Amino acid sequence: MAQTKVIVGLGSCGIAAGANKVYNKLKAIKDAENLNFELAKTSCIGMCFREPLVEVVDENGSMIYGDVNEDKALEIVQQHIIGHNPIKDYVVKTDLFKTPDNSFFDGQVKIALRNCGYIDPENIHEYESRNGYQALRKIVNEKMQPETIIQTIIDSGLRGRGGGGFPTGLKWRFAYSNKADEKYIICNADEGDPGAFMDRSLLEGDPHAVIEGMIIGAYAIGATNGIIYCRAEYPLAIKRLNIALSQAREHEYLGKNIMGIDGFNLNINIKEGAGAFVCGEETALMASIEGKRGMPSKRPPFPAEQGLWRKPSNINNVETYANVPYIIANGAESYNKYGTEKSKGTKVFALTGKIKHGGLVEVPMGTPLRDIIYKLGGGIQNDKKFKAVQLGGPSGGCIPEHLIDIQVDYDQVTATGAIMGSGGMVVMDETTCMVDVARFFLDFTQKESCGKCTFCRIGTKRMLEILTRITQGEGEEGDIEKLEELALQVRESSLCGLGQTAPNPVLTTIKYFRHEYEAHIKDKKCPAHSCKKLLTYTIDPEKCTGCTVCAVKCPVKAIDGERKKVHTINQDICIKCGDCYSNCRFDAITKN
Amino acid sequence: MRVQRLLTETENKKIADNVDLKLIEPLIEKYKGKKGNLIPLLQGVQSIYGYIPRSAFELLSAKTGLKLSDMYGVATFYAQFRLSPVGKHIVKVCHGTACHVQGADAISTAIKDALGVSDGETTPDKLFTLETVACLGCCSLAPVMMIDEESYGKLTGSSAVKIIKEIKIKEKENK
Repeated sequence: MAQTKVIVGLGSCGIAAGANKVYNKLKAIKDAENLNFELAKTSCIGMCFREPLVEVVDENGSMIYGDVNEDKALEIVQQHIIGHNPIKDYVVKTDLFKTPDNSFFDGQVKIALRNCGYIDPENIHEYESRNGYQALRKIVNEKMQPETIIQTIIDSGLRGRGGGGFPTGLKWRFAYSNKADEKYIICNADEGDPGAFMDRSLLEGDPHAVIEGMIIGAYAIGATNGIIYCRAEYPLAIKRLNIALSQAREHEYLGKNIMGIDGFNLNINIKEGAGAFVCGEETALMASIEGKRGMPSKRPPFPAEQGLWRKPSNINNVETYANVPYIIANGAESYNKYGTEKSKGTKVFALTGKIKHGGLVEVPMGTPLRDIIYKLGGGIQNDKKFKAVQLGGPSGGCIPEHLIDIQVDYDQVTATGAIMGSGGMVVMDETTCMVDVARFFLDFTQKESCGKCTFCRIGTKRMLEILTRITQGEGEEGDIEKLEELALQVRESSLCGLGQTAPNPVLTTIKYFRHEYEAHIKDKKCPAHSCKKLLTYTIDPEKCTGCTVCAVKCPVKAIDGERKKVHTINQDICIKCGDCYSNCRFDAITKN
Repeated sequence: MRVQRLLTETENKKIADNVDLKLIEPLIEKYKGKKGNLIPLLQGVQSIYGYIPRSAFELLSAKTGLKLSDMYGVATFYAQFRLSPVGKHIVKVCHGTACHVQGADAISTAIKDALGVSDGETTPDKLFTLETVACLGCCSLAPVMMIDEESYGKLTGSSAVKIIKEIKIKEKENK
């Protein structure tokens, strides 16, 4: 009988949810009782909403337990591992029977995430056992030439997954055709979009896939130097990348004359970012590697001509590279059979916000947005009403309910005014104020603007001021038009993508939720009851029992009333903190 | 744009007495003369002192030939670099999109009340520095905060304050 294997998911999300405690508990039980099972680690399988996750693999197959804590870990050992009696109520995923969370995996196709959650990312042999480094081997065995590799990537239809959507193969061809004594291959792992964590999960869960993709890219364009530019906020990803890189060097996937290919030398190093969103832009990223302020520069010259240290350079993002070994190993058709006419393959999305099943999903391009939110995502938290989904982070836009039946690909998403972006999908419900969302993003871009272009530096600041005024009840007639005018000018007069797209969140919310802006400006009301300054709390005399809880909780003593008599709120004193509302047990306080 | 200022001479004198510049000498040896070394040097200095002291800027410039103005330009451009000392524990409250829609403001407010400092400030006992960050990448567990290297998810105002209080109690016991 095969030995039972117990695998704990130790990605950043899992650890934040307490997975280390669970792992230590399992180890303590195993050691104390001298139990015969193998305890292993993996990273994120995508079901963030059920973290910490523990998988038990025995002779019957695999079962993944969700929401595991130390007590549940003990139960799982006693009942499943010792007693051979799985606790079905705790199981969130198995091939043996249907679980309530099964729909999370319906329609998912895992290519970029093919190994995430299945391997120990700190062990190169586990990557190799799942066809890892086989693409590189194929290149050697079949003597594939750079042109063939580039053509395969072009045929696969792979487009840049960082947000730009530029065909990857074409980018490689430009870098390939520029002759130079030195070229660079760069991985953009500066995942700065707030609300997105696809690249973090990939780097933590399958770093070798990204490294293999970079090695193939380096061979194709003729690069001898590789750099992974990773944000410093991802310490676990950096740690695992460093381990993977030293393993790749030991196994001679990196170094001199790699895999016996004469003259194919490559080394890859990590460069830690220092916290600047604009460094996601490729020219700014290269300036940052050179040790300068991360400010974008004019293109042309494009990086493929004069990039890092003025040498031809190729930059792709993490997810793009992770797809490459799969495409080379299995052929272009294995990838382009998924997707729509102009958007091929699959895309990873980070599904978050007011959604039941928040996590990481990978679906074929063209999957209906409705399916992603309601099938995979399980619908809206607390069964509230869906309002919008935000795609593309600070450069993107909000897609409203009436467009929920679009198919998610580059063209259809762009047509809504949003962008595909890197894959953050933040779901918003009826309690989210769209003016506040626009203000939130402008606050972000305004801070992150590098300051080079006047309109981006000052225009975003003026837009933020207007939006802040509106959410505080000081909006004026004509504000919407002013926002629209500024938006146009910021878009037209900015050098890089940050400024050109910064107005998108404002423009899409005005386009689809103009009535919310008007309600704030004209009626001084926030329809979502979210903007604090526009709220009025009142006590319903029919429901108030005079229990005095609200009066006691009120931090500014704005509530008067005798015990067992109806209380009232003095609106002149009320600071709208909501403490009375959340503490009333009789539902007697309303906010409007 | 972010705006940061270097401490003035007088402010600096109050705190800079205990900066041991010997600690950064190995770092200077490691990066001296290498291209693109400015950011790793500053990162290295900050990991030693928790911030970049004025005297360290001056020493780096003298020993490596990097211009003070270039270093200062870079240090004020990136969010990571700090120009004044920090507390023992750094509390980073995530204000990414997912955390924002799930109520990150309430978490920040609760922590500000509990610690008595506002964003970017350090408590008088030098135990905590409060920071707001754009995204920690644990969006499914929103709202999230990170204290030192550890992340905490699915917070409420009171659970966040409880975590901080526990650290405070531990610190007292260790004294």
